[in-house]
Amino acid sequence: MEHITLLLGIVIITALVFDFTNGFHDTANAMATTISTGALKPKTAVAMSAVLNLVGAFMSVEVAKTISKGLVNEEGIQPEVIYAALVGAILWNLLTWLVGLPSSSSHALMGGLIGAAVASAGLGAVNGGTLVTKVLLPAVAAPIVAGVAAMFAAKVTYKLGRNVGEKTSAKGYRAGQIASAGLVSLAHGTNDAQKTMGIITLALIAGGALAPDADPPVWVIVSAGVAIALGTYLGGWRIIRTMGKGLTDLQPQQGFAAQTSAAAVILSSSNLGFSLSTTHSCSGAVMGAGLGRKGGVVRWSTATRMFVAWGLTLPAAALVSALAELAMRTGDVGVAAVTVFLVGSCVAIWLVSRRQVVDHTNVTDDDAEDPGVVTTAIAAVAVPPAGVAAVAGTDLKATIPAPVAHAAGETPAAPAAAV
Amino acid sequence: MKIDWAALGSVFGVSLFATVALVALFTLGMVGLSKHEAATDAGGGAALARTGAYACFALCAAAVAYGIYLIIA
Repeated sequence: MEHITLLLGIVIITALVFDFTNGFHDTANAMATTISTGALKPKTAVAMSAVLNLVGAFMSVEVAKTISKGLVNEEGIQPEVIYAALVGAILWNLLTWLVGLPSSSSHALMGGLIGAAVASAGLGAVNGGTLVTKVLLPAVAAPIVAGVAAMFAAKVTYKLGRNVGEKTSAKGYRAGQIASAGLVSLAHGTNDAQKTMGIITLALIAGGALAPDADPPVWVIVSAGVAIALGTYLGGWRIIRTMGKGLTDLQPQQGFAAQTSAAAVILSSSNLGFSLSTTHSCSGAVMGAGLGRKGGVVRWSTATRMFVAWGLTLPAAALVSALAELAMRTGDVGVAAVTVFLVGSCVAIWLVSRRQVVDHTNVTDDDAEDPGVVTTAIAAVAVPPAGVAAVAGTDLKATIPAPVAHAAGETPAAPAAAV
Repeated sequence: MKIDWAALGSVFGVSLFATVALVALFTLGMVGLSKHEAATDAGGGAALARTGAYACFALCAAAVAYGIYLIIA
């Protein structure tokens, strides 16, 4: 521990920021159905999820060292590469949150690592086979597996439970949803908080502050757990709304079927050696449960936007990270420029989000979001990173109707333009 | 590149079975509980329905406990 350089410090802080975005991005996985069916009040739900994420972060450190292993060759990884990877992952997480689409934080992180590693060491740094078996195939399989299971479960519970009295039904499905949502939260804490621990540990090793093969230090475990719990408590209300209300209309029976399916898929996949993404499983389970009720519909337009976001996650994060890595080649000036770009983009995205606030008070409201905003923002997402913030800023301004055009309406584009 | 279809297949099978079995079990528990409550309201009792319901819920609780064990292990 002789020296933690300034760069290393920045990397650690950025990793914790990623952890935080990971928390609020993935709250929806555990709690969207619980909130939309009214089983828990929104604030209670996110508080419970946050506590369980924190507990989960301390329960095991097995995942912590595996995040980059096998996918990217660890030799030659510099702190700059990890920093570049985190920049791409954070920006993608924030953009998908802005448009309210669930997407995998792990894919964003992997995409970032791949992009940064390729920019730094060439195509040889990435194992193509591992990419297909660990990333692409699971992304396709997860929603199918979880969706089919949730669909059958919903059918079964409607059929068996048709004579259950109203009081028992309300109480029962409430308890069932809380239990399965709790399991998902706990599993999320053990998996995703540990990914950040793994990244920070990797950065410490790469920066020479830790010996290779060292376990994550205690302060890393504590700070990663706290960061993800805080993010979870903040609540990614936009994504919760999409998953709980946007994809399909859920009744308690369906919410219970979906959460149980998600928990079963996550636990069985991580224990049977074929890891499936939490986000993809949960989204698939919600859609399956939507189809499992007679007359239930899935809004395929929303689902399609989500699938597009899934497909873009890896390449988009990789592209941003690759550019960040190339920029940092120029030395300290590059690092400073990337940092300014990251902070500026985050501020810009946050300002844009204030134009249409979604929080615990209106997360279960029925009013449909303006499709123009989402479609435009999706289009903006595909634009090369340097333009993303600016384009998102201006296009959104153009499509959002009059009510929000108050005095503050002019500010969001300014930081974006400055970057 | 080798895709582990066996692992994927078993994940699919186990998830499907576990989900449907657990949801069915839980629903049966509620059916029993509902019968018992209806009987109580009518002044009688349905001990068998209640016992069966609690057995179902106990099995579900055991499944949750096993889930927590899997997360920790």
